Amino acid sequence: MHRKHRPATYGLLAEFESPEALHNAAIRARSEGYSCMDAYTPFPVEGMGAIFGSHRKRVSLITLIGGLAGGLGGYYMQHWMSAVNYPLNVGGRPLESILAFIPVTFEMAVLGAALSAFLGMLALNGLPQPYHPVFNVDQFAMASRDKFFLCIQAIDPKFDQRGTRELLEAMDAHGVFDVPY
Amino acid sequence: MPSLTYVPGEEIRRMQWRAFWVGAIAMAICIVGAFFSRVQFFQSYLLGFLYWTGMGLGCMAIMMLHHLTSGAWGMVIRRPLESASRTIALMALLFIPLAFGVPSIYSWVNRTGLSQEQLQYLNVPFFLIRSAVYFAVWLLLAFRFSSWSQRQDTDNDASLIRKMRLLSGPGLVIYSLTMSLASVDWIMSLEPRWYSTIFGLLVIGGQLLSAMAFAIVILVLLASRQPLSEIVGPRHLHDLGKLLLTFVMIWAYLSFSQLLLIWAGNLTHEIPWYLRRWHGGWMWVGLALILFHFFIPFFLLLSQDLKRNAKALGLLAAFMLVVRALDLYWVTVPEFSPAGVFHLHWMNILVPIGIGGLWLAVFAWQLRLRPLLPLGDPQLHQALEHE
Repeated sequence: MHRKHRPATYGLLAEFESPEALHNAAIRARSEGYSCMDAYTPFPVEGMGAIFGSHRKRVSLITLIGGLAGGLGGYYMQHWMSAVNYPLNVGGRPLESILAFIPVTFEMAVLGAALSAFLGMLALNGLPQPYHPVFNVDQFAMASRDKFFLCIQAIDPKFDQRGTRELLEAMDAHGVFDVPY
Repeated sequence: MPSLTYVPGEEIRRMQWRAFWVGAIAMAICIVGAFFSRVQFFQSYLLGFLYWTGMGLGCMAIMMLHHLTSGAWGMVIRRPLESASRTIALMALLFIPLAFGVPSIYSWVNRTGLSQEQLQYLNVPFFLIRSAVYFAVWLLLAFRFSSWSQRQDTDNDASLIRKMRLLSGPGLVIYSLTMSLASVDWIMSLEPRWYSTIFGLLVIGGQLLSAMAFAIVILVLLASRQPLSEIVGPRHLHDLGKLLLTFVMIWAYLSFSQLLLIWAGNLTHEIPWYLRRWHGGWMWVGLALILFHFFIPFFLLLSQDLKRNAKALGLLAAFMLVVRALDLYWVTVPEFSPAGVFHLHWMNILVPIGIGGLWLAVFAWQLRLRPLLPLGDPQLHQALEHE
């Protein structure tokens, strides 16, 4: 994961007093052309997802694929066991008893969908993540209490140590911190 | 809350009269047809009767479900649901012609091939008494809720919401028990030697699905203009769409369970019901049901965008109303064709349309009597908050 030109810092972290200030700052930053940024708040702030772009569609697609794979796999498993590997005559019913296979097929589809939704969500979130540079800023502990943070990452093509700091300060940030690796 | 009056608009009055004339003309044509084919008329009449009685009962059940669970989804459709539950009075009236048609519809009237125990249950007087009791119980429930809801508009009495909630639990139990018995009497006894313990629940699940689809269609129509266009948003439709998906899945689950158990059991008195529906063209109706009653609505309703889109959800709900009629056709009509061949008599379509026109007219008339939202409900404001 090491880039050739790794920026000197992870990025800039701006602290805000209220969810509204954070919301406005995020909109402003986006309109300035920044895309690599994230917000950290003590509680869910409505509308933030829309600003950063949500991954709803991608999780849905992963879940659908997982569900279909689980269903098809579940059916194939029963077909192979009952009709190919160990054919067993049960009361004269056909070996390939489609009706009898449906409950397990359905259950396997649900299992596949649920597991892929959960694991897909974790994968898209980049979790689990034992280390994150934002915790190097002492003030960041307040993100789980009563302060609201916006972090613009240094890998953003528009990032400029001076210009970005000025922009954040101009947006009523309570404080702007360098985030070291 | 915006200062609007929620008085039902002129378009509901127009709908009432249009529906009435469509229903009256269709019924008049069918009554002429009855002189030529009395048996066919009564068999078609049973179809229409079952479809529209189920609609009113399903609406009443969803209304009780909402009283128990509350939520914004039910607040916006409560007045249509209450109006639909009052149409049970019309269906009680329309049961009277059916009473005269019992010999044309049910083979058990001939008393052939049935045990003494079966005949003690399946005879015309007891059949009519049971049906009268079902309607009495349903009317009592429907009008109890209706009058409490009306008092709530004016009295500002906080105890009314508690009363409605308290009656809803027992009300749902009573509805489930009476409707299970009614489905045995009205539908299952068409083939008196066949029984399925899941059948009552299957009919109830179908009624809930019909009612939810109907409520969505009505809400989408009402929300296309003032005053409800100010209130009803994607949030409400999203919840209603999820409930529609739930009822689609309940129907599929119960239908499949019944088929699987009978197929696995492979007993001589159980399988003829399905064999009859697997030959003579009926198979295509059954396959169409698997496709249109489950797979297509199931996969479409998985989409969040579709559930939040008024036009798309309304169209799908209207489509489900048609498919519900197809399901009822598949369950009842094969018992009427001795040769076991698929047939479609014109009265099988026109009588349900005729009864449906009268039903819709009464529904629209009832909807016009009160404001379109339960204005006295203390939970209304919460339900109408925007996202």
